[in-house]
Amino acid sequence: MKLLVCISQTPDTTANISFKDNNTAFNPDGVQFIMNPYDEWYALVRALELKEAVGQGTVTILNVGPATNDVVIRKGLAIGADDAVRIDTEATSANYVAKQIAEYAKDKGYDAIFFGKETIDFNGAIVPSMVAEYLDLPFVSLAQHMDVNGNTATLKRDIEGGVEVLSVDFPFVLSAAKGLAEQRIPNMKGIMMSRRKPLNVVAAVDVPNTVEVVHFETPPAKSAVKLIDPDNMDELVNLLHNEAKVI
Amino acid sequence: MILIYAESPDGQLKKVALEAVTYGAKLASAMGTTCAALTIGTVADAGSLGKYGAGKVYNIAGEDVDNQNIAKAVADVAEKIGAEVVVMPFTSTGKSIQGRVAAILNAGVVSGVSALPDLSNGFVVRKPVFSGKAFADTKITSEKKVLSLMGNAIPLEELGAAVDVETIDIDLAPCKVKRLSVEKQAGGIPLPEAELVVSGGRGLKGPENWNVLLELAEALGASTACSRPVADMDWRPHHEHVGQTGIAIRPNLYIAMGISGAIQHLAGVNNSKTIVVINKDPEAPFFKAADYGVVGDLFEVVPKLTEAVKRLKA
Ligand SMILES: Cc1cc2nc3c(=O)[nH]c(=O)nc-3n(C[C@H](O)[C@H](O)[C@H](O)COP(=O)(O)OP(=O)(O)OC[C@H]3O[C@@H](n4cnc5c(N)ncnc54)[C@H](O)[C@@H]3O)c2cc1C
Ligand SMILES: Nc1ncnc2c1ncn2[C@@H]1O[C@H](COP(=O)(O)O)[C@@H](O)[C@H]1O
Repeated sequence: MKLLVCISQTPDTTANISFKDNNTAFNPDGVQFIMNPYDEWYALVRALELKEAVGQGTVTILNVGPATNDVVIRKGLAIGADDAVRIDTEATSANYVAKQIAEYAKDKGYDAIFFGKETIDFNGAIVPSMVAEYLDLPFVSLAQHMDVNGNTATLKRDIEGGVEVLSVDFPFVLSAAKGLAEQRIPNMKGIMMSRRKPLNVVAAVDVPNTVEVVHFETPPAKSAVKLIDPDNMDELVNLLHNEAKVI
Repeated sequence: MILIYAESPDGQLKKVALEAVTYGAKLASAMGTTCAALTIGTVADAGSLGKYGAGKVYNIAGEDVDNQNIAKAVADVAEKIGAEVVVMPFTSTGKSIQGRVAAILNAGVVSGVSALPDLSNGFVVRKPVFSGKAFADTKITSEKKVLSLMGNAIPLEELGAAVDVETIDIDLAPCKVKRLSVEKQAGGIPLPEAELVVSGGRGLKGPENWNVLLELAEALGASTACSRPVADMDWRPHHEHVGQTGIAIRPNLYIAMGISGAIQHLAGVNNSKTIVVINKDPEAPFFKAADYGVVGDLFEVVPKLTEAVKRLKA
């Protein structure tokens, strides 16, 4: 099994979000960066499990980003990926990233390409289906369970108010949701070995950008909470009905 | 021209699809054009999309169509009718097709938008980013554009009258992804569409205590949600898990009981219109994000709230 896992770097889930340059750019000062949780906990680990179950193959990590991303890429190697590729450029939009990934992957013969369901910074959920289109591969989004039998995978995916069960033949693209695998913490041996694993840096292809964030805004601070006497729930209902007008 | 993909799983028009039509109709009038809606497969009452603003409704025959085919059909119809903008709901289907449709049309795409575009200086559309901690106003510079719309982002409006449905012939390729079965939770409104949500955390102490929450939800006609540890411990099904790693919702009313309000939980709910927090700890961080708060033991407070709701409805 030859597997590719696309990972992105995002601010830590507890990071305070602020902007600079007149609210046109994200301010990275003091922010800790992590591997996007869906990519790390579910996509990468499920790919490793698949390779282990088959008993042979490779898991390659792919990131589109600058050299500062090497720390999270090494973490992926420490968790167990065999090698990594970084396409050396700033990830400026979903289409830009998807084109880079597709261009790299198109003639490598991967059996499956794993993504996270979305990044927790831009919450796009766009890149995976775009790559699937550029490579003309079938795609299953929001996968939360996968069984593999020979050349066929059976996947469960989250849909509104339920779960859908699908089958697809390799090769295919998937995006991972919670449940697909259990998080793995890198151990000392993994961390030592990760330093010697190959991390190849390749040049980006030219892709014009068609979307651009022109302005960021943080939501206005909430006014102070109105506290209601626990013995007076009629008052709460009254406020919800007449003031907030939501019931 | 604007094309709306009016997603209709199980042959039923969903609220998110109607919202997308209202959104498309308003955008069309701002751009001085008209809009058409597209349905795929047998859909009950597709012509009623005209009421929400669709000037035309198209239908493509075909059951159990996979997402690759849906994307191709949407893009084909967009090309056929010369659509400049394609709008679809930001749902599990939207997340499967939005990138494909944009790739086929060579269009710039913005997902999960929460408001109509500002057309005063190009085409700039707002979406929540950083899991609800901020908004990004995003400019699309390509000629064609693809947008997906968050649930409950705009109120439904009746803007017209029902229209006839016109069938379009599009060749669909054999499906590469086969649907084997669907496990649907019985009844209830799916969380992303719900206007009223009652949610429980670890403070409920165990799954056997959920009745206190369910009774309030029933009195309100609300859907139910939970915090992540609750789903992780299998007290509640996974699809109820809201937050950064669960689903993001923006109901009109979110009532949280026994939930501390960790930043990763807030990420999924802080766009709710009104938030009520019931927690026995006055220092619980959730109170900072709440509109109304009750400091008290949920096992005493919530039954009283349920009774008060019943009195209002009586
Ligand atoms: C990367 C990452 C992602 C995460 N993603 C999510 C996510 O998507 N969603 C999510 O929810 N969490 C998420 N978490 C976990 C999150 O940080 C919190 O741990 C979690 O939300 C806490 O759940 P809780 O509020 O139910 O439990 P607790 O934090 O244990 O809070 C229980 C609350 O109940 C109150 N309480 C107890 N008894 C009563 C009573 N009788 N009456 C009234 N109040 C009572 C307590 O005062 C307390 O405030 C994530 C964490 C990480 C690190
Ligand atoms: N810069 C990147 N490099 C590699 N993979 C990425 C990058 N950005 C996004 N991805 C992948 O695409 C998924 C969805 O991203 P998005 O469509 O931006 O929400 C992520 O979970 C990653 O698996």
